[in-house]
Order: sequence, then C-alpha cells, then structure tokens
Amino acid sequence: MTKTISDVICPFCGTLCDDLVVTVSDDGTKLLDVENACAIGAEKFLHSQASDRVTRPRMLQEDGSAVEVSYDEAIEYTAQLLAKAKKPLMYGWSSTSCEAQSVGSEIAEQVGAIIDNTAAVCHGTTLVAVQNVGIPSCTLGEVKNRADRIIFWGCNPAHAHPRHMSRYSIFPRGYFTGKGHKNRKLIVVDPRTTDTSSLADIHLQVEQGADYELLQALRAAVRGQELTGDIIAGVPKAKVYESAELLKSGRFGVIFFGMGVTQSLGKDHNIDAAIMLTKDLNEYTKFSIIAMRGHYNVTGSGQVLGWQFGFPYSVDLSRGFARYNPGETGSIELLKRKEADAIMVLGSDPGAHFPIRCVREIANLPSVCIDPHITPTSEICKLHVPVAFVGVEVGGNCYRMDNVPIDSRKVVEPPEGMMTDEEFLRAVNTRITEIKAA
Amino acid sequence: MADEYIIRNGHVYDPKQGIKGDVMDICIADGKIVSKVSGKAKEIDATGKTVMAGAVEIHAHVAGPKVNEGRNYRPEDKLFTCKATGKTRMEGGFSIPTTFRTGYNYARMGYTTVMEAAMPPLYARHVHEEIKDTPIVDQGAYPVFGNNWFVFEYLKNNEETNVNAYISWLLRVTKGYALKLVNPGGSEAWGWGKNCDGVHDPVPYFDITPAEIMTGLMKANEQLGLPHSIHVHTNNLGNPGNFETTLDTFRLTEGVKPNNKFGREQVFHHTHVQFHSYGGDNWGNFESKAKEIMSYVNQNKNITIDLGCVTLDETTTMTADGPFEHHLTELNHLKWANLDVELETSSGIVPYVYSPDIKVCAIQWAIGLELGLLAKDPMRTYITTDHPNAGPFTRYPRVFGWLMDAKYRNERLSTFKHSEKVNDATSLGSLDREITLYELAQMTRAGPAKALGLTNMCGGLAPGMDADVSVYNINADRLDGASIEKAFSSADQVFKSGVLVVDNNEIVAEPAKRTFWVDVKVPENKQVERDVAMKFLKYYSMNLGNYEVSDHFAPHPYVIEVDAS
Amino acid sequence: MSAISINLISGRTIQQGVAMEGGKEKDKYRKACGIIEMDNEDFKKLGVMKNTNVEVTSAYGSVVVKAIEATQGPHPGVAFIPMGPWANTVVSDETYSTGMPTFKGTPVTIEPAPDKQVLPTIKLMRYNCWGEEQ
Repeated sequence: MTKTISDVICPFCGTLCDDLVVTVSDDGTKLLDVENACAIGAEKFLHSQASDRVTRPRMLQEDGSAVEVSYDEAIEYTAQLLAKAKKPLMYGWSSTSCEAQSVGSEIAEQVGAIIDNTAAVCHGTTLVAVQNVGIPSCTLGEVKNRADRIIFWGCNPAHAHPRHMSRYSIFPRGYFTGKGHKNRKLIVVDPRTTDTSSLADIHLQVEQGADYELLQALRAAVRGQELTGDIIAGVPKAKVYESAELLKSGRFGVIFFGMGVTQSLGKDHNIDAAIMLTKDLNEYTKFSIIAMRGHYNVTGSGQVLGWQFGFPYSVDLSRGFARYNPGETGSIELLKRKEADAIMVLGSDPGAHFPIRCVREIANLPSVCIDPHITPTSEICKLHVPVAFVGVEVGGNCYRMDNVPIDSRKVVEPPEGMMTDEEFLRAVNTRITEIKAA
Repeated sequence: MADEYIIRNGHVYDPKQGIKGDVMDICIADGKIVSKVSGKAKEIDATGKTVMAGAVEIHAHVAGPKVNEGRNYRPEDKLFTCKATGKTRMEGGFSIPTTFRTGYNYARMGYTTVMEAAMPPLYARHVHEEIKDTPIVDQGAYPVFGNNWFVFEYLKNNEETNVNAYISWLLRVTKGYALKLVNPGGSEAWGWGKNCDGVHDPVPYFDITPAEIMTGLMKANEQLGLPHSIHVHTNNLGNPGNFETTLDTFRLTEGVKPNNKFGREQVFHHTHVQFHSYGGDNWGNFESKAKEIMSYVNQNKNITIDLGCVTLDETTTMTADGPFEHHLTELNHLKWANLDVELETSSGIVPYVYSPDIKVCAIQWAIGLELGLLAKDPMRTYITTDHPNAGPFTRYPRVFGWLMDAKYRNERLSTFKHSEKVNDATSLGSLDREITLYELAQMTRAGPAKALGLTNMCGGLAPGMDADVSVYNINADRLDGASIEKAFSSADQVFKSGVLVVDNNEIVAEPAKRTFWVDVKVPENKQVERDVAMKFLKYYSMNLGNYEVSDHFAPHPYVIEVDAS
Repeated sequence: MSAISINLISGRTIQQGVAMEGGKEKDKYRKACGIIEMDNEDFKKLGVMKNTNVEVTSAYGSVVVKAIEATQGPHPGVAFIPMGPWANTVVSDETYSTGMPTFKGTPVTIEPAPDKQVLPTIKLMRYNCWGEEQ
C-alpha cells in the first residue's frame, strides 16, 4: 500500500512549484515517486532516499578522515565556536525554512555575527539596485493572466527554472490570455544562443558584459531617441528599435532577469537600467520586472532579515545593532579580508559556489556545515551536521521569487534520530545563552 | 497566576465609563480590570499622573509584503536609528521600523492593540509571520476585498449569498479581521495601467463601478454582522478636488443601518480622510475642504473616520492603491516599488518628504488637524497618521500636542515658509479648540475600540475588560505641547492583559501577544466552493490546497465567532 | 597545439542542477560541471579535438576540465563552465565593492592538457584548499 500526497511544494528553485504529487510508503518512511516536478526537483526528492546518506554529525580529523560524533557533541561544538568568535559569519539560509532562519537571527544577535544569505553571490546586486531605484513588479499569476510581452534577460529558465515557462510566463492560458503562448511575444537577451533563446521571437545576442549599454539603448529607443552606430553592444541597431516597438505595443509586459546581469560587469547598475526601462515602459503600457531568484527560499531569508533587521542580506550585527554595506559586510569581501574568525554554513554550499579564494579561507577557519548531504562545503568544514531535509522531511514557510509565501510540506519521515535544522539551531541557541550567562 | 496590581491615585480618563479625570484607583488581577484586589497587589503610584486604557490603533501599515519591501528597499531609513540595547531584540528603522521596534514603540507609547490596515490575501502568511514577530501588542489584519475578482462577479450578478459565503471563506483562510477596500475597482484597473477616478467610473472588463463595490460589500458586512464595518480608502486619493469623490462615497451610506452584536454603530469607516479632503483643481489652487467633509461626517452617525495627519517628516508611503503610488513617483521622482497581486489587488511604495517649506505639504498638515478639531463626535473620529503614509506612528504624541495646545499648533503654523498661503487655503488658524484628555481617550481608545467591535474587551477600564492600561506623567494642569509630546512618547507604566510590559519608560516584559481574527459561520455554499476551486485551477499561481494560512502562523489566536448561518 | 585567450562565463545547466541534487560528491557531478563548453572556431584555434582535457588559467587560479562542444551555441570568443567548484577555481573574485564576484566575464587562457585528469569534487576541494596531493 502507498499514500499519495498532493499540493507538495518543490524545494529546489525560486519558482517554488506547489503542485507536486508525491507517493510514499504506507508507514511514511519511504518516498517512492514524484510527479509534476522537473528533472532537478525530482532528483532532489529522490536524493533524500539515498542509501549512502550521512545521518549523524561527523568531525573532520587531522588526517582528513571523518569521525562520527553525537548531536549533543555537535551542539556543544557549534555553540562554543559561535560564542567564542569575535566576528563569526553565519552564511546560507536559502535552503531552509523561515522558521529556521528566524532562530538563526536570534543566534546571530546573541553572538554578534554577520548573517548573510546566498543573495551575496546571486541577486545581491538586484537588492542593491532596488535600493537605488525601486522595483515595479507583480505576482507570477498576474503574468499568467495578463502578460503578452516577456523578456528573459541574462537568464535561461529552460535550464535553471525548468517549469517557469509552462507554469507562469510563456505557455499558460490565463484570464485575459486565453490563447496562451500564441499571443505572447518573447525576447531573450543572452550572449549565447540557449535553449530559452530558441523559443524567442527576438534573440538579442548581447556582447558579454555589455548589458548596461544595450539596456540604455533600449530606453532611448523606447523614448523615440536617435541611436548612433550600427551595432550596439553586439546587437544591430535595427533590432534594438524593433524590440523597443514590440515592448511598447504590448498590453502587459514583464522582464525576468538573472545572473547574466547580476554577476556581469556593471553589476547593480545593469539592474538599475533594467528597472528604469521597466519604469519608462509604464508611460506607454503596463510593465513589471521580476528577479529569477535561485534557491527556493533565498527570498524568504531576505524577508525575515528585512522585518527583523531592516536589510535583506549581508547584515553585520557585530556592533550590537544592524549594519549593512554589501561591499564591506558581504560574505565575499569579508572572507577576502580574512575578517571572520569562524563560520557556520546552513542551507547553502559556498564550497561549491564561492570563488576559490573565499573557499580557501573557509577551509582554514573553525567551521560548521549544517546540510542534509555531503557537499564541497561539508568536506572542508571541521564539523558536518546532517539534518532533515526541509520541504521533504520537515515543513516550513518559504517565499517564491515574487515574494509569495508558501508553506512547504513534510512528505516523508527523516532517517531515524535525525534532527531538523530548526531543532539543532534552537539547541545551539539555548546553549549559547548558557555560555554567555556563565 | 498573574500578578495583582493597584494603580493608585491617578487621574483616570475612561470614556467607556464616562470617567473624566477623577482621581481613583485601577485594579488588575488575572489579566483583567477588577473592582478590588487583595493586599498582596503591587502598588503603582500614579499621583498627579494620567491613567488611560491601552490605546487602540485602527489603521497602520505595520506588517506584510509592502511594509517589508519598504524596509528592504530603504536602507537609508535605518541611518542613525539602530542602537544596541542588549535587553530586548535589536531595533532599527524610522518610518518603517523592524517588527521588534514596531511592537516596542507602540508599547512605549501605551498602545496595546494594533490593526494592520491592508493584507493582500495571497500574502496573508507573510503578514501573520510579521505579526508573530511583533512583540507585546495584540493585532489583527484587514484583508483587501475591493479589487477581488470573486467579489466583482458576485456583486455584478447580485448574488448576495455567494458574496457572503466568499467573505466568510476568505476571512477564515487568511485569518482576517475586517473588510478593507482600497481604491475599489481602481487597483484592478491598474493591472492595465488605468484607474477609476470617481465612484461611478466603471472597472475595465468587469462591468461594475466602485460605488457598486462599496455598497455591495457594506450590505454584506451588515448581513453578516461582523465586528468592524467595511474599512474604506475610496477612489481619487491625494488629488486636488477629490473631496467631491469623498462626499459621493459618504452618500452611499445613507439609510444603511448597522447590524451586529458588538456594540458597533457605524456601517462605514473611512480611513486617512486628510488625503481625501482636497479642493482646487491643481497644486496651485489646492485648498482644504475639511469643513465640507466634517460637516457631512458630523451629521451622519453611521460613519466613522480616522484622520491621517501629516507629521512633516521624511517617510515612506505605501498603499494597495497602485495607481496612486505611480502618480506620486511621477510627482516626486523618488524610487517606485509596485506590486500587483493576481485576482486581488495592486500596491505601491514611494518615499516622500513632507517638507514644511513646501506649500502643499503644509496645507496637508493643516487639513489633518482641521478634521480633528472640527469633529463634533470624538467617538467617531480617530487619530492616525496612516502610518507610515502621512508620517510614522511614533509621531502621534506630537500630533496630540498640536491638537491639544492651540499655541503649540499656531507656532508651527506661523513658521512655515508659506504660512500666509496655508492660512488662505485652510481654516486652521481660526480654530481655537483644544482637544481635552477625555477627548483624546475617545479618539485613541474608546472610539476605535467601539468601531472595531471590541468595546467590551479593550479601549476602556471597566471591570471585566482586558487589563490594558497606560500611565502617563502628565495631567490637565500642564497641557502644553512639549509636555504632551514628552509624556505620550514614553509611558511610565503600561500593562498588556495584566502584565507590566513597560515600567519606568522601559520595556520589561514581552508576554505572548494575540492575533485577532473573525470566523463567520454561513450556510454551506457549494456554488462558491466550486467557483473557488475553478478560479484557483485556472487563474491563481498557487494551488488552492496551499492557500489557507495554517494555525501555527497565529500561535495565540483570539477568534471572534459570528453566526450568520 | 597552442594556448588561446577567451572570455569565461559560468552559469547553470540542467545537467548541473540534476547532478548537484543527486550528490555533489558523485562522479555525475564531475561530469556535469568539470567541463568547458567551447565553440567550434575556438576548438580550431586551440588545435585540440573535442572531449580533450584542457587547463584553464586565470589571474585567480588554474583548473583542469574537459573541453566539449558548446551545447547552447554558437558563442565564439566565449567559453562556459557550469557553476561549481571547477568554474570557481578560476572565476574573478573581484566585486568592485558591490560584494558580488564577477562570475561572468573572467579573461582566461586555455591550454591543451590531454595528460592531466579532471579531479573528482572532493579531491579538487582538498587540493584547492590545502594543497593535498592530486
């Protein structure tokens, strides 16, 4: 006998699909099948069932081997590490629930940490741009119901957000969009031809790193101004004009953008320009812009830090109040300056996703990695604490890329005796309170 | 068992019981006001001080998606406002403070109940997460109904029972408190970059007018007998000449009678009326129509209002009135955030500087105070700043000072850069009324509590009511503006449900706070169930099975049950 | 055979995503991310066959990956390594005071390295961090 659970939330990307159907064994201990998920999401659910999964904390030894320790020892080690550090970095938070993030904030306040999420290497520059110039935006359901003009700028949803186009942006039929993709015009801006650009009505193959120039040219073209030069940022001028007209002629348009603009030269200024293009287009029609957030709950971390401290990422609490200046308090620059004296990673893998200089610094610090699985980070940290898998083995609130909160579900029991990250953090927090009081 | 307290010899102001500054003792036991306590009761000496019930905030934007977008996109709002305390959670922010600072600051001012003014249903979970993290004060939130596609369709087809069933369902799944309408119809039109400029201006594609939406929901609200009336921000906010739209809106209430078991007497609450009381037809001849507005309000007992007083600060405007915020960014060219929500609403955010050197800002300031001073019934007129739109709630004490001390007010009025023009455009300079402490208690305690249907629970000091009590170091003998501002900024003592939360002007306890929501029972309605299922399948981006806010988001609920079956 | 200079970008692929969620310590992940996608033209300039190991070097580090034909091309002059430890061994950590490294747009040189191996994930990490023997 098996049980079927519907309306399951996928804890992979910021698309946060909530229509998965999961089949589990009758006793709820084995996950057997996942329907409706993309290839990546399905793999994520199934990986929880891996036979070689680590289920107890492990301490790295001098000789490079790992020795199993108890959760109690892991709690003590983590609490001591954070309590003793002058400026610990608590990084990650994007692959966990808002409830766990909230406990993380309490710990960070107690120990005077820098608390940062994966926006630091993802959409951090977007958050800065929003602070510069604002953001006219909408929910993904608005896109589905109204949009007839879509731009994917520096993003490749066919690979990174596989169900985005079918659920929200290109193919669905909504209230005012009964003809689905037939009435939607798609522009893709990417230096490569990609599996997304192959669907486009117009592919603007921008010269890598010249997005700012192309965006400003489009702004000028939208206003009807004359452009000089035949090729602009690698794109023929005529195509720029054509794109501007296409955007203005729609009834409701949306720009989705990704790492192509946030991580290329220009950084937040690229996004400033994209947002201002959106604002300009509202003089002619209705336009919104949405960041293609990566981790399924990086948005939630920004929200929790926002209502608790007032800043969405890279928050420095080491002075007893919240400071924020990403170029200084962000994880990358902090590690480059060798300023952190301990690191705790939860719900992210900087080992795999930070530049090597920063990874090397992590490897040389007192360190704890809290993650359900073995990762490059877990293998360079002194302590690895495996925890139950959020969104699979424990529920909790998450925020979609358009900031819509969805409460994820527990569908299967974690391996026996495993703690959730929220439980582990609570225990650490309690222990730190004791240490500080002593 | 909770501690017993006796607050001795204070000047008590309690409109609920008609007590006007009499020197008396207030007793607290088991979280309630009682008539006497045992000898073990702890004593608080309030000699020479003022004792009132905990204040009740009827309209403020303090939790949820747009508030948090405001926080996150305005790092500058934290400048010089973050400080280490060590005892409480870290605090930061001025116009959009963090949740912790929000709870602490309301408590410091003696506020114990705070209503969040606009909750997009799709984002209800976010609102409740923030409410959970806002310490001390009891809270509820008003889901927005005025641009909801279900409401449009049922009202257009005169399907009254379906409207009622849908309202009941939406209040339950969002854990909502009351029906909020923001720019009815206009925020939906904003989905296409359009707006509804007047109450008879039809909503594109939906064949319904703002007047029909307001009338329909007002009727439904009374048929269901909800604790609060509909809570409205009408069309045409912020524009010169909009007082006509406001009066058109008020007239929709004529002949409508309240129906509820909560002691509420109004059928319609209009919020931040300052923004809706403008004459003229451009910014050059912009002028106050506070007299016209208040003359209508004074004569019609089934209407209540709150003021929306401008505090002359740099602040952050935010509203579910999406087209208005776009209009504002075109005026001041400051950064614009917009968020349209599928099937439900739009919203926007723009920072704003109410400069005393700008004529229009000074006139707006004057209008807010005029409305308060022209009110004949303080039980129906409540002091707000539409936080943070006209100014942060932490400026309430200053607004009290302006309302209660004519000299203080006139000093401000006469030192504007354009004082003469402000005097020409408003009547403030000719008003010598000074709001009394008793009237203040009506406008901040008994009045809003009654309008919210909470008159037997909070906003008063009668035995049996929740022991929400504030003690202020001031009395009727020294009511100058500066003293008023100082005393009401920082209460000496505050009790929340019988727990001493502020003592000697400092937060000393953070007891579990409650979330108020309204559960209305209506007859089973298969049609609405089918319609909801269909719309979620076809038009929402979220599955119906994931829409309802589960109980753990409101760990200490206070559910008001209404039987309309 | 000779070295070429090229502009390197990194980013997601679906294979990288699937392999990442299946376990980064596994060989599938190395196969998905320990690669560099290049254009035909650039293969010609480099003078190697497709599916040859190459050494990619920047001002920030050096890594061996397998050169494969661009799966989403053409993009002459631009090379692509899927996001992961191999890419991050060579990408620019310069943030220009924004806090954001320059994951896209690092000038690199590529040299043939048919005799060198693409390290498995964990070995690569330990080698990069502590200089442990390959």
